[in-house]
Amino acid sequence: MRKLFAFGLVFLLGLMALAPVGAQNTESLVLYSGRNEELIQPIIDRFIEETGVQVDVRYGNTAGLANQIIEEGANSPADVYLGQDAGALGALAQAGALAPLPDDILERVSPVFRSPDGLWVALSGRARVLVYNPPLLEELGLPLPDSIADLTDPMYRGLVAWPPTNASFQSQVTALRLLLGEDETLAWLQDMIANDVIPFSNNTALNQGVLAGEAVMGLTNHYYIFRIYNEDPDAPIALHFFPAGDPGSLINIAGAGVLATSDQPGLAQRLLLYLLGTPAQQYFADMTVEYPVIDGVALDERLTPLDQIEPPDIDLSDLADLEPTLDMIEDSGALD
Amino acid sequence: MEGILTARQTAGQIAQRQMGRIQRQYRRLPFLRIISITIVVLLLIPVAYLVLRAVDSGQDGIDYLLRPRTLNIVQNSLNLVAAVSLSAVVVGVPFAWLTSRANLPLRRVWLVLGMLPMVVPSYVAAIALIRMFGPSGLFEATFGFNPMPPIYGFFGSWLIITLMTFPYVALPVRAAFMNMDPSLEEAARGLGGGRWRVFWRVTFPQLRPALAGGMLLTALYTLSDFGVVMLLRYNAFTRAIYISYENSFNPYRAAVLALVLVFLTVGLLLLERYISRGRRNYKVGTGAARRPPMVDLGVWRWPAMLFCAVPVAFGLILPVVVLLGWALNPNVTSALNVNLGALTVNTVGVSGLAAVTAGVVALPLAILAVRSRTGFSRWMVNTAYMGNALPGVVIGLALVYFGIRVLPGLYQTMPILIAGYLLRFLPFTLASTSGALTQINPSIEEAARGLGLRPHQVIWRVTLPMAWTGILAGVALVFLNTMKELPATLMLRPTGFDTLSTRIWTASDVGSYGLIGLPGLVLIAVSCLSLTLILARDRWA
Repeated sequence: MRKLFAFGLVFLLGLMALAPVGAQNTESLVLYSGRNEELIQPIIDRFIEETGVQVDVRYGNTAGLANQIIEEGANSPADVYLGQDAGALGALAQAGALAPLPDDILERVSPVFRSPDGLWVALSGRARVLVYNPPLLEELGLPLPDSIADLTDPMYRGLVAWPPTNASFQSQVTALRLLLGEDETLAWLQDMIANDVIPFSNNTALNQGVLAGEAVMGLTNHYYIFRIYNEDPDAPIALHFFPAGDPGSLINIAGAGVLATSDQPGLAQRLLLYLLGTPAQQYFADMTVEYPVIDGVALDERLTPLDQIEPPDIDLSDLADLEPTLDMIEDSGALD
Repeated sequence: MEGILTARQTAGQIAQRQMGRIQRQYRRLPFLRIISITIVVLLLIPVAYLVLRAVDSGQDGIDYLLRPRTLNIVQNSLNLVAAVSLSAVVVGVPFAWLTSRANLPLRRVWLVLGMLPMVVPSYVAAIALIRMFGPSGLFEATFGFNPMPPIYGFFGSWLIITLMTFPYVALPVRAAFMNMDPSLEEAARGLGGGRWRVFWRVTFPQLRPALAGGMLLTALYTLSDFGVVMLLRYNAFTRAIYISYENSFNPYRAAVLALVLVFLTVGLLLLERYISRGRRNYKVGTGAARRPPMVDLGVWRWPAMLFCAVPVAFGLILPVVVLLGWALNPNVTSALNVNLGALTVNTVGVSGLAAVTAGVVALPLAILAVRSRTGFSRWMVNTAYMGNALPGVVIGLALVYFGIRVLPGLYQTMPILIAGYLLRFLPFTLASTSGALTQINPSIEEAARGLGLRPHQVIWRVTLPMAWTGILAGVALVFLNTMKELPATLMLRPTGFDTLSTRIWTASDVGSYGLIGLPGLVLIAVSCLSLTLILARDRWA
């Protein structure tokens, strides 16, 4: 029995010894990414290759990872947070989880693309849009909606898709709260549900769903359809921008910040600088077909330039009021 | 899983007067108790922390708990549990009867095929179902119509989980059919009972313990399944907890929901214990065991084979064919990196570590369970079985909160992931090891003592070698289940650590289904290997 006990003890100690192996390399970063692996890992791999810095990425939900960092507090293993929405970044900034960024990072982007306190910076821009399946819409003889509010019209019953756990969608709801007020936004969510809105787990699935005809239209970001066009330029899917000033035509960002608790702030800032460099920005412009946030990077010719889209009058930092949005979405029944 | 049943049924069969002496002998092993107490306390802490977390929310938590929405989730989960348990019986009992009492052609082949859905991860089966019968799925694309009701929501979840769980009912019921003394039925027939009357009055009561046990396992599995209800968007508890965890800045919400789920599972366990209390079926006399006569199916053997083929088709063939299709023709331009070799090494490594740990940890507890009868040790052993009542998503949640606040050094490291698996799957090794130990006649150990071995030497040189195969079966079962585990793995794994199952999950999440083909097939192949290990000593094989 003593042998058994000794064996068990050695075994457990062995397990403990396994733990710090990853942490011993000083040139290594932990990145929490709310953007999915398919979109972000290629450029991270390029950073690893060029700098020799190891980056371990924990992928998850943008809001979920932000909340996790707040929960982790001083013990957070993360060095960098990358989210696909200004709201989650703002919430982290408000919680005091982010460290101020140096000017050489902040000044790479125009003031609209960074937090007023210099706590986070945008990496790419994206427009909220309605994607739709033109042949199906024509078949049904339905017009495109003039406003995001029109999607609750009974003529669109069972035709509209949304991704209720997606951060960009959640930001859109925050924008609705700011523009329409709490009661009207909650009513909109409930009317959408009553109108048999089809939930998808994320934007990729939603766009595939519209392409396949599971839904006729869906609320999403602008760039997913270009990934579909890359495989089939004639794919039956198209973008619809809501008219000027409509809460449906929000411009949002994907962005990043360095954690206040990071023990590698210099290395973390290096990653951010890299992601704001011309090669990385060109990657976002070409590969994910987003809006670059620095000057001198060509926009994909299929994209409407940002200055021709008239978003509603909302500052990105206004979106930081994320918690009430998350509660409202849950309480509306959208997640059930 | 069979061990849970055998342990409970055979524990009482050990002669009491031998027990007295053995107990005295084991009382001289304080190590055993110290180790066991340590293990149980370590297991309890994260769960206690989850309770604290929920209770700490005070009025907010109570308000959240009392929303009508919570009641909806309870109802969704209970509906699914009731429907799956019932359909698992409807499929499992005839399946058991056909493969034990009837002259079904290729009986053994059907038996093995019927069990194989257990090696297919439920989320893989769900992905295959979506691919084939989902909106604009393969079937519709090929034939222009879809024969299935809409698979999202209740229907698809019910279908897949039934296919995954009916062996839990079929296997113990089949064993009961085989072990039944045919003279009882013959006597009833001789006394003038008709076929159905004999079945209901004589055969069925003898099946009842096996049925109750199988239905309990089915119900527990249904409550804990994560992948199916996530993929098919059925708002059962596991889904609601995970979504709340990912989409709320109020962590108490997920904790409150998790506690309700734990109450539900504990309720089920108590219900089963209450129902099967005091029911024992005895054979009369010790005559040589006789196999019940085979029923000639006649022309009914064709529909009978069709009946057996349906679960095999949906639970095994459909997923494998869909995976093969993707493996041969990935047809995705995806940036996702799938390094099959590394993923396989990670998966086998972490599952092996978890399985061996579970085997080692179960040992002192199992010895206590079998050889010590004090109230305290019984309480400890019962506590170690609590993994049965803790779905993976609850264990993930408990260890995340616990790790963040109490053990930040271990948070997101291998040990805490292994601890999660241990908490979840310890009941498997505990049951099989206890089962193996009960089958060792204590007088053998006594003889070893009499010949001069010290108590720990007895364990090391006599008890362990004799219990070895039973222990190994439990270890293999933990290995099999760890490989397929998803929610706790997703929440607890070290950053950057991927297994076959997490990679399958990621690929399906971004719609790169073509990438699932090879990892899915490897996962099923390795699962088959470990199932073979389990079956090698399984008396039903």
